[in-house]
Parts: sequence; structure tokens; C-alpha cells
Amino acid sequence: MAYVPDMKMRSAGGSFVKALTSRAVLAPVAAVLVFLVLWEALVWVNGWPNYVMASPSDLPPAYAKYWGLFLEMGWQTLWRTVVGLVLAVIVGLFLGMIMGFSKLMRDALYPLLVGFNAIPKATVVPIVALMFVGDHNFNTILMAFMISFFPIAVSVSIGLSTLEPEYRDILRALGASQSTIFWKIALPKTLPEFFGALKVAVTLAFIGTNLMEIVSPHGRGLGALFDSGKTNSDYPLMFAVLIALAALGIVLYYAVVALEKIFAGWAERPQG
Amino acid sequence: MYPMIKIEGVRHAYKTATGPLPVLDGLEVEVKEGGFVAVVGPSGCGKSTLTKLVAGLMKPDTGRVMVHGEVVTGPRATVGMAFQNPVMLEWRTILENIVLPLEIVPNKLTKAEKMERANYLLELVGLAGFGNKRPSELSGGMRQRASLCRALVHKPEVLILDEPFGALDAFTREDLWQTMHKVKAEEPFTGVLITHDLRESIFLADTVVVLSQRPARTQYVLDVPDTGPRTLDDLYTPETAEMLNILRHQIEVAQGRVAA
Ligand SMILES: Nc1ncnc2c1ncn2[C@@H]1O[C@H](COP(=O)(O)OP(=O)(O)O)[C@@H](O)[C@H]1O
Ligand SMILES: [Mg+2]
Repeated sequence: MAYVPDMKMRSAGGSFVKALTSRAVLAPVAAVLVFLVLWEALVWVNGWPNYVMASPSDLPPAYAKYWGLFLEMGWQTLWRTVVGLVLAVIVGLFLGMIMGFSKLMRDALYPLLVGFNAIPKATVVPIVALMFVGDHNFNTILMAFMISFFPIAVSVSIGLSTLEPEYRDILRALGASQSTIFWKIALPKTLPEFFGALKVAVTLAFIGTNLMEIVSPHGRGLGALFDSGKTNSDYPLMFAVLIALAALGIVLYYAVVALEKIFAGWAERPQG
Repeated sequence: MYPMIKIEGVRHAYKTATGPLPVLDGLEVEVKEGGFVAVVGPSGCGKSTLTKLVAGLMKPDTGRVMVHGEVVTGPRATVGMAFQNPVMLEWRTILENIVLPLEIVPNKLTKAEKMERANYLLELVGLAGFGNKRPSELSGGMRQRASLCRALVHKPEVLILDEPFGALDAFTREDLWQTMHKVKAEEPFTGVLITHDLRESIFLADTVVVLSQRPARTQYVLDVPDTGPRTLDDLYTPETAEMLNILRHQIEVAQGRVAA
């Protein structure tokens, strides 16, 4: 059954101006402005030179100077993060399904996954980077994937294993197959948990991508740009990269939020 | 005429980590077509297990479960079920929830016919106009009514109700008892009602089966006369009081608190 967007979303699309002046938009914009002003003031009051701490007014020149690089590297970081995340979704869903439907598999795989997840990923980065030297795209995607599939697998398995037994009884008594129960009920029911995990995973994948880009020799992407800023003691460039990363992270996160609204909007409780 | 449901000499044990757990031992139940049996017994004695056998979700270790003259060997689409927890798919409207069984049971109904059937049932249980609401907008009693519609939508021969009103407050429960009578008058089904409430069993059923403590056997069968209570006032007649006394005594026997 198709999800029908509710009235709230439709009217928000209808009057764009109203949306732009709404509290949901104005409040965070104001917060960002206050943050920038405080940052500028801090640097100015202390009289810090560029090589100690760049200030917001240093950023526009940095962007103007390197905008071509920013676009290219930003794209590199973005597509590798997304590919890593897509892989994490596929593998995470698969593992979650196995663990959700079979208690044996859950008992068998859970400790392994927890152990794997507990390894600080910063220690894995150099290993992967050395294992597949020269395969920078592959390394980066692998890192983004490894760091982000865990929450997805866990949330899907919990979602499936907590499916009310009544559903299974009602549908099985009518002769429904396991796969019918999965597609009609178990999977859609798990979507809110899945998207909750995806919001965590997207941030983690982003971190994974950047770790690899920074550490890899001859890396590409925003992480590599950051690294080159460090090598050349170009502090405004480094800070400019940080801000670009933050912006990209926000875009990725809200892309997931938008998907959640479309596919699991029903899980939102009516406000008030 | 053969009975719609016949449970003969059924014994069943669950396999657990600590060995087999005998749950049913010498179960005998018979329900004629169009009949309504209530099953009462100590909690954990095996009542829900009985419903799973009738629904074909499990096979008994020994003995036979027959529905409509055939031995039950697996699920048969002619069963409808409603439970204490009226689970509803939150991303579907009430109407869409009710037609769910029709998406599984093979049938030739058009979408419009399915909706018409669902709407008719909604009206029957007093939920006319609620079809397009989301489950989260309904109270517990309303959800239970909708769950009843879902159990009936594919015109099952056998309707299984496992403590359907157990979580409702007393007023809502009595409302639903009366709704059940209305539904029974309009929809032809053979009913199996599991309940903890002795008044409910007498009010709704024509036969009350008392099960012993686990492993359950049929301990006592009470026939509720045709002239039995069909309005709430009838629950306070001397005849009803007499039946309640008998059942209460039988439950105490089942619990081992008094001798038979
Ligand atoms: N799938 C199962 N595996 C093992 N034991 C079970 C299972 N289902 C129920 N039991 C046990 O069997 C007994 C009877 O259960 P049930 O039929 O649900 O009782 P009732 O519905 O009368 O309360 C209980 O002690 C319960 O713990
Ligand atoms: Mg039970």
C-alpha cells in the first residue's frame, strides 16, 4: 500500500516563503550566525594569527582560491560515502534478517559483531590502507562500509525479533508463507528502527571515508584536501575543509531524514 | 450432523531446554456447527495451545483435531483469530488492516467488494466511519472491535478468540459482549472463546469447558441453556448465579484448592 504524504508536508511545499521564515529554519540559521560571530570575536580578542587559529573571515578567501578543488574533492567524498553506506544497508539488512529470524544465528553472530564493532576504527584504517595499496576508492568505500553496517544489522534484527507473535499466528493460520509475512509485515514494521540506525550509520560512514582519505598516501577527497592543508600549514584551508565537511554531513543526514519521512512517516506520533 | 470442531484424546508436550513440558493430556472438546464454546481454566494450563491446534499451527503428539469433518494437518484459511493484543499495522488505515486476510486467502473479490465487506463489518461492530482512521487514533476497545472485523472478513468457519476482552475495562468489555451477540446473529461462524471471566463465558457461549491444571484435560462441561442470558440483566438471575457457582467450584477444583 503506497504511503500517502500527510497534509502537513504538502502545505509546507506549497508555501515556500512561509517555510523559509518558519521557526524550524530561522532558529538553526540564527544559531549558526551566533556561532560564527563568537568564533570571530574569540580570534580577534586573543589576537591569534592565522597559523594558530583561523577565523570565519579567513574562510571566503580560502573557498575562492580552491573552489574547483572543493567541488571535486567534495564529490569524491560524497560518492564514496554513499556507496559505502549502500553496501552497509545491503549487508546490514541481510545480517539483521538472519539474526532476527533465527535465534541460533543471533546467538552465534552477535558476539562476533560486537567484538568487530568494538575495535577502534582508527586502528583499522592503516591496515586496510596497507592491504590494498593504490586501491584508494576501494579502501575508502570498504572503510565507510565497515564502520557503518553494525547499527543497521542490530536494529533490523531487534525489529524483526520483537515482531508480535500474534501477527505470525494470524497470518500463518491463513496459510501465509514466511516471505509473505516478511514483506507485508516484518520489514515495514522495522522501518522506523532501520531509519533510526541509518541516521547513525550515515554519520559513521562519513567518518570512515574521511579517516581513510586523511591517512592514505596520495588520497583524494575532502580528507586529502585537509591533509594537504596540514602539510602546507594552510590553516584557513584546513578550517574551510572542516566547514565543508560539516555542510556535507548535514546534507547526508537530512537526505536520510527525508527518506524516513517518505517511507516511515506513519511512525511519527501526531504532535500535541 | 457432525460437529464442526472435534478434539479427541489430544495429548501434547512442548520441547523445552529442560525436557518435554506436557501441556495437554486427555483433551476432549466438541462444538457443533454454529456453536460457541468458551474454554476456561487456570492460567498456563494450555488454553492457547488448544487454539493453535484448532488453527492448524501445531500438530498434537497424539489424538486428533478435526474441523469440518477433516483431520487438521496444517493451516486452513477457514479460521479467523483475534487475541488479547489487537495488533494493527500502524502504516495502514483501519480498513486496510481489516482486509489484510483477503490479501492472503485466495479469493475472487474485487478491491471495491473487499472494501464493501470491511465497511459492512465496521458498521456491524459499531465503528462506522472509522475506516479511514489510523490505528493509533483508536482506543483499546475500538482496536479490539477492528481486530474482530479482521478475524471475520474472509468469512471463516471457525472464529478463535483468545482472551480478546481481557485487557479492557469492565464497561467496554460489557459493550463488546453485546456486540458479539449482534455479530453472532449476522455472521455464521463456530466460535471458540478462551476467557478468564466466568460471567463472560456464560453470557457468550452455549457450552463452557473447564480445563484442569497443566497438563490440561477436559474436567467439566457445562451446557448453557438456550434461554441463557442474552441481555446484561440476565446475568443477575438465580439460574445464572447457579451456573456461576458451579463454574467457580470447578475452577477451584482445577486449581487444586478444593476436592472434587
Ligand atoms: N512454544 C512453547 N514452547 C514451550 N513452552 C510453551 C510454549 N508455548 C507455551 N508454553 C508453555 O505451555 C504452557 C501452556 O501455555 P498456554 O497454552 O499459552 O497456556 P494458557 O493459554 O492456558 O495460559 C505454559 O506453561 C507455557 O509456558
Ligand atoms: Mg493464553
